[in-house]
Amino acid sequence: MEEVKPRISVYYAQNATIVTLADEKILDDEDIRALEDSIMPLIDGPVNFVIDFSSVNFLSSAVLGLLIRVSKRINENKGRLKLCSIGPKIYDIFKITRLDEIFDIYPDVKKAMQSLK
Amino acid sequence: MTLKACTHEKIISKGVVPELRHICAKILCHIQQLRYSDDDLFAIHLAMEEAVVNAVKHGNKQDPARNVVIEYDLSPEKIDLWVTDQGKGFDSDHLADPRLGDNIYKTCGRGVLLIRSYMDAVEYNQSGNSVHMVKLNSKSACEADKSARA
Repeated sequence: MEEVKPRISVYYAQNATIVTLADEKILDDEDIRALEDSIMPLIDGPVNFVIDFSSVNFLSSAVLGLLIRVSKRINENKGRLKLCSIGPKIYDIFKITRLDEIFDIYPDVKKAMQSLK
Repeated sequence: MTLKACTHEKIISKGVVPELRHICAKILCHIQQLRYSDDDLFAIHLAMEEAVVNAVKHGNKQDPARNVVIEYDLSPEKIDLWVTDQGKGFDSDHLADPRLGDNIYKTCGRGVLLIRSYMDAVEYNQSGNSVHMVKLNSKSACEADKSARA
């Protein structure tokens, strides 16, 4: 059977929704649309949302666009968004685009969760 | 397969992103064989991805009947890459800076910034439908530097 991409896992802990991006590379428009279709319905109120990038080792600027759309949706719903476990190469992309200044980024899920207390 | 020290190739492809990504993957394999660093490979991969997507989306307006040409000169010291579409082009000198003001909240417009940041030299042709990108092999540059100091 053909593998369905992109893969995410979602779990709920304490007061947060934690979404782990399971694919190493996120590039295709279709994948990004599918990700958006998976993530957006999870933002149905003032949620605390954590996106875990620990498996991601390559992404393009199209993914940054998705993150901004997710962030806007969360802000509209008075929720909070935290990103975590972003590897150094991907973090450089955030720094170059200065998106590290508008996203709350934490070294790991635990620290991201602590910031939501 | 071993790769000869210098390679020049010009590939004319349908302007369809998956096909172009396949070509980019082959080029990255060639680069890997010449012992470019992981950071160099990441940079070239990202720049090619952004250039190819821009060529298809903004250049060719997603018209699959229009081609994209990928051309490269690869040596152990550097790679020169050209990505050319069949669109009208754009003025690369007057693009909005995606890092400034409200632009930072826009969902697109960061591709050219990333290309310029990750490659050592980037130049658009006059009409703006072709980008020439250069990446030096950082391992090779480092070894040359050591030899010069020895």
